[in-house]
Order: sequence, then structure tokens, then C-alpha cells
Amino acid sequence: MIWALVDDQQNQLVEVVGWLRDAANWRGDRGAGTRLVEHVQISAVAVLASILVAVPPAVWLGHKRRFGLVAINISNVGRALPSFAILVLGTQLLGLLEKPIIGSVSVFVALVALAVPPIVTNTYVGMAEVPDDVRDAARGMGLSESQMVRQVELPLALPLIMAGIRTSAVQVVATATIAAQLGFGGLGRFIIDGYATRSSGGYTDVLAGALLVAALALLTEGLLGMAQRALTPKGLRPAPRWRRGTTADDAPTDDEVSSDPTPLPVAA
Amino acid sequence: MLIAIGPAVMAVDNPTERWWWGEWLGRDANRELILDATREHVVLTLAAVLVGLLMAIPAAITVVRHPRMKGLVLGVAGALYTVPSLALYALLVPYTGLSRTTALVPLVLYTLLILVRNTVTGLEQVPADVRDAADGMGLSRRQRLWKVEVPLALPSILAGIRIATVSTIGLLTIAALVGLGGLGQLILVGLNRPIRTAVSVGILLSVVLAVGSDVALAALGRRLTPWSAPRSRRSRRRGGPATGEGPVATLPDGAVTA
Repeated sequence: MIWALVDDQQNQLVEVVGWLRDAANWRGDRGAGTRLVEHVQISAVAVLASILVAVPPAVWLGHKRRFGLVAINISNVGRALPSFAILVLGTQLLGLLEKPIIGSVSVFVALVALAVPPIVTNTYVGMAEVPDDVRDAARGMGLSESQMVRQVELPLALPLIMAGIRTSAVQVVATATIAAQLGFGGLGRFIIDGYATRSSGGYTDVLAGALLVAALALLTEGLLGMAQRALTPKGLRPAPRWRRGTTADDAPTDDEVSSDPTPLPVAA
Repeated sequence: MLIAIGPAVMAVDNPTERWWWGEWLGRDANRELILDATREHVVLTLAAVLVGLLMAIPAAITVVRHPRMKGLVLGVAGALYTVPSLALYALLVPYTGLSRTTALVPLVLYTLLILVRNTVTGLEQVPADVRDAADGMGLSRRQRLWKVEVPLALPSILAGIRIATVSTIGLLTIAALVGLGGLGQLILVGLNRPIRTAVSVGILLSVVLAVGSDVALAALGRRLTPWSAPRSRRSRRRGGPATGEGPVATLPDGAVTA
């Protein structure tokens, strides 16, 4: 029985590879090319909007070190909201309203609601965790508040901010899939439509769609991970393995946030 | 159908359009439907987290004992994490059918990733001095693990359970799209019939369930590990420079929400 399963999977794999290599599946309004572009566009617009909404206030609050508990708890609440529920709620409230650039307003709202919390929390924590000595030194050098934010605190907080953006982006790419259930575009269409017609051969569509979404999510994770490393100031980059001892630097804080482990290095 | 009747009639109060239709909620069959959906949601969540826990703790202990496996295990975990759950559900149905197994497998898989990672983090945080002290007191390796290391890792493990539970509740609503799960099905029934009250009740209950269990598990965590209560920022500052405080970040909960 298990061999039948393996055999079956091999056949399906062959079919999916065939599907992906068939140019006919990529062309046209309903082809994988269009769906891929739609998916990327929906996700990118939502993530960019979330960054614009979330980063400036969180930077300011982190600099002032105010409302920390609120900033941190936003992330917990955000995680607790089922994204499918938000999406349905948005569609029920706003209908199938569409706007240029944004596309479907309800999908946009649901994805932004999903993406904002991790960015807010990480940005706040990144700014607030800049050591007091460093801030004192910056003040002692005569930097103004805004200079301190731009030249000292932001660069130090950047790795964490980027980690938050990465978390959000991967979530958004994955969640944009369910938008298809409510009649919107994106790669989710292949999964939903293929699943609906699975008895008549739609199943290869499901597999191909799933594969494409997973690849897109991994690509997002990888690219943003590279951006994160490139934007990390030299002094903050992890030391080469041979120089790394077990220093106290690895110990987490006992803040609420530390209950969440640090993100995995992509290369690990 | 409704559109054919025209907007004039739509404007007349149509009970199926109401967010809260008391009469519909009052019927026994509908109550039964809501109760069943909720029960299914709770049972599947509990099952997924328990099975995940039973598998994650031994796995985490193995990883901590053999650090070479860590990169591999956590790397694979991170990659799997990015696979959208909808895709995973759709892929499983042909093999395991529309059964609870199909609903459970992706859930257990995702909880595993969260739980293993948090348990490993917790066990690794145990200070080397403490481990030395335990050895010096003559504890065996097993005693050291269960009496010293696991209790000290408890805050991190509990945080993992919390994240896993909340994510599982959210994921289960998505399982409805392939015809599985609890409250998500209620939402879909409401969308298809259409009865808006079913939709709003489904949304409300899934949010209440998720937020409620988040709060409850956080409270439980504080009770079980009173020593890990976060100090106020002020008292921390008074304690001198914040040495030993590395970066903190939120979990990349990637696909878990989708």
C-alpha cells in the first residue's frame, strides 16, 4: 500500500513538472504568469503599505520608550486574529470594492491587518533596546534628537525591523492564497479552482499552485533575509564561527517578547 | 436571486442580511450547528497541540544533545513553515480523505515547528553554571534534565504552547476551504446559504476562542513560572546596564496564519 502511495506521488510529480513546463499554462489572463504577478502585486502593496503605516510611529515610540507594553501586545493580538475570519469580515463589510493599485479593498485591509503587528513590535523593540550608553554617547557628541534617531538608533534597530518585515511578508504571501476563496485573483486560484474540480483532473492545478506559492514564500524569505544581512551595520554582524564563544550576547531578555524565539537564519 | 429582485426589495429588512438574527440563533438545529462547530474546533485544537507536544519534547531534547542536528532540523522546519496551510490541506485530501486525520496532520506539523524551536531555545538558555552546579551535586544526566533544565526552560516551552494553540485555532478556520474543521465551516455555511448571522457568529467565536486561549495560557504561564515575571523597565535600569540582553524578535510565524 505504501508503495502504491509512493508510485502515485511519483506520477503526480511527473504531471506537475509537465504542467509547469507547459507554456500554455503560463499564458493568458488566467495563466500562471498573470496569477503570479497578481499574487506578488497584492502582497507587495500590502507589505509596503504596512511598512509606511507601522514603522514611523513605532520608531518614534521606541525612541521615546513609551507605550512599550501596548506595542508588544499588539503583536500578540495580531497573532490571535484568524486571518480567514478577518478576510471574510472585510468582504462582508466592504463587498467586492476594488481600487486602482490596491486591488480588492477587503483583501488589502485583511493583509495589512496581518502585516502591521509584527512590524510594529519589532520596530519598537529594536529602537527601545538600543543601549543607554550608546544613546548617552550620541547625546554627548552633540547630536540632536532627530540626528540620533537617524544616525544612531535606526541603524542599530534595522536588523530587527527587517526581521519584522520579513515575518510579515512571508505571512502575507502565504495568506494572499485564501483571497481566492472569496473570488479574488492570485495563485490561490489554482488551489481553490483545482480543488473544486479535483475529480476531473484539477488536482495537478492544486499541486502546481501549492508549489508556486511555497516557492514564492521561500524566495521572499530568502531575499528579505539577504536584505536584512546587507542592511545590518558591520559591527552588529555575527562574528565568524571561529571567533564566536558562548558569550552572554546570546541570552535573551526576560521581557514578554523574549518568549518568542529569534527568527531562524535563513542559511541555517 | 436577490439581485434579480432588485435593490428596492433589498433595502427592506431581510433577516438573512442581518449581522445578528436572533430568531435564527434561537432555533435548536442552528444552535446545534454552532455548538458542534465550536466543539469540533476545540477538540481538534487540543488534539493537535497535545500530539505536537508529545513529539516535540523528545525531538528537542535530542537536538540539544546533538547540536550538529540543530541546523538541519530547524532549517527544514523553517522551510516547511513557509508552505501555506491551504496548499497542505489540499494536498493531503486525496490520501487521507475528508477525515480528522487530514485536518490534524498539517496542524501537528506546524505546532511541531513552533514547539521544537521554543523548547530548544529554552533548554539552550539554561546557564552553563547551573548545569555545572547540577553536575557537582551529583545529579545524573536524566535527573539534571528533568529536575533542572526542563523547569528552567518552562517559560519558553509554555510560550511555545501558547503560540502553537493560537495559531492552530486560526489555521483550523482555513481547513474549512477543503471541507474540514469547525468554525470555518460555520462561516462558509453562512456565506453559501447566505445567512450573515452564521458568518458573524463564526468569526466572533473563532476570535473569542483564539484571544481567550491566548490570555488564559498567558495567565497559566505566569502561575506556573512566577520567577519569570517580567520586571518593569525601571527596576531593570536600576539594576545597572542591561548586559546579557541580546536582540529579541518575534517568531516568524510565516505560514501558520495562512
